Amino acid sequence: MVMPQIKEAVDTAALPETDNAVVARSVSKTYGDVEALKNLTLEFPRGQLTSLLGPSGCGKTTLLKIIAGLLKPTSGEIEVNGKPVTGPGPDRAFVFQDFALMPWATVLRNVAFGLELRGVARSEREAIAEKYIADVGLKGFENSYPHQLSGGMRQRVGLARALSVDADVLLMDEPFSAVDEQTRRKFQEDLLNLVQHENKTFIFVTHSIEEAVYVSDQIAILLPRPSRVSEIIRPTDLRHKNTDTLRRDPEYLDIVDSIWASLRSYVE
Amino acid sequence: MMRRSLWLKIISAAVLFGAWQIAGMIPVSYAFPTFFDSMGALARMAADGTLLIAYVETLRPLVVGVLISAFFGIGLGLWIGLSRKFDWLFSPIFIVMQAAPLAALIPLLVMAYGIGLTSKVFVVCIMAMPVIVLNTAGAVRNTPASLKEMGRSFLASDTAIILRIVIPAASPVIFSGLRLGISAGFIGAVLAELKITPTGVGDIITYSRSIADYPAMYAAIFSIILLAVLFLNFLERLEVYLFEGNVRGYASD
Repeated sequence: MVMPQIKEAVDTAALPETDNAVVARSVSKTYGDVEALKNLTLEFPRGQLTSLLGPSGCGKTTLLKIIAGLLKPTSGEIEVNGKPVTGPGPDRAFVFQDFALMPWATVLRNVAFGLELRGVARSEREAIAEKYIADVGLKGFENSYPHQLSGGMRQRVGLARALSVDADVLLMDEPFSAVDEQTRRKFQEDLLNLVQHENKTFIFVTHSIEEAVYVSDQIAILLPRPSRVSEIIRPTDLRHKNTDTLRRDPEYLDIVDSIWASLRSYVE
Repeated sequence: MMRRSLWLKIISAAVLFGAWQIAGMIPVSYAFPTFFDSMGALARMAADGTLLIAYVETLRPLVVGVLISAFFGIGLGLWIGLSRKFDWLFSPIFIVMQAAPLAALIPLLVMAYGIGLTSKVFVVCIMAMPVIVLNTAGAVRNTPASLKEMGRSFLASDTAIILRIVIPAASPVIFSGLRLGISAGFIGAVLAELKITPTGVGDIITYSRSIADYPAMYAAIFSIILLAVLFLNFLERLEVYLFEGNVRGYASD
């Protein structure tokens, strides 16, 4: 399952028309006079994790929300599975930075909420939700309320909710930025497993260079004002290496350093 | 978990009633009966049916007024909270209503609607509705943006967002508005009976005072406070039942 996808990743650079789950074509977004995104074009290969990395205010979350259909681009278009995006759709699911859990609902109802909105029968959606709750490691917490869980556990609920609607594309908006460092590392390892075992395309917004290099098949570096893609890095070799020793791998450290070198002048 | 022990409640009640008893025994005023005298009068009125007949009369404008206030109050509040235009149109009315000196307005109401049920219902509504409307509108306007975005990204229709996200998210503040509004409604019901026509509990209060039967007067006042407290407790149970996860320990239990 995993190896062929990694080989394809090497090829995509050469063949632009390979299988892209999501394509952004000359997307611009302006808020009044402020240009948040300018003429941004970017491809997201299927089955891979693409990170949007950049300093704050570079429009990475704006781009993610445009892909989600939550914001309309001022010009340009987004295609998901070859079809233009006009609004939110069943092919995309969103993981929120602040978790966006409903405090009045149990873990089970929160996870099943996407299916509830689609009119899936209660017993069916709860069975699906229970499976994903177990998958993200929250078995036994089905009837807890969000305020009874730690930050990390809450984001697992958010992840289970996004997985349970079985969308092709998972959009993650700085999903680990509100959890502590240790939980975050565990999350990153879990995310790598998820990319390997779920046949989904991940689009991942982060401001952490280490995190982007650790989890990504492709890193798009966005520079601010107005936002554009300055560089695309594919740490393909890293994906073959053992994740346990990755954090002290020289190549990993080199990539982290070179990204920092290109970003540092934009960080005030 | 967050429930205070039964003992604490009993001790708190005993301290309050004890202080009442002592203040009545001193006495702080000849018009201030002791706790036991008042309870005696309460038992007497309950036994001979006076109280029951009075409450049938008082509860009518109270229940009608509170139902109207809750239903239209929450409805209007939702509308105002969701639409800037209606906020602009309706909010000032309720802010004026909340600040209006009601006792001074009662003669106007009586001239317009007579001395019957309508005027009394109006008084209850004027007391109860503004806080319900304004609380609901404020809560709806402050629904966390990310929750609404979550709903949209998981394909919720506009109706589903209102029913399953906006209202539950606003429910703690809506319920606190209901509690305040309904307490004010109780005040309004008694005020209407004192100021418009003396009927029901208002009649007991007025009549007892005029014949200097102070224990009966305080018994009537005590009974309406007791009823209000019981009703507010019921309202809180309802809230816990409907939106359990929103509740993280409350003032009364």
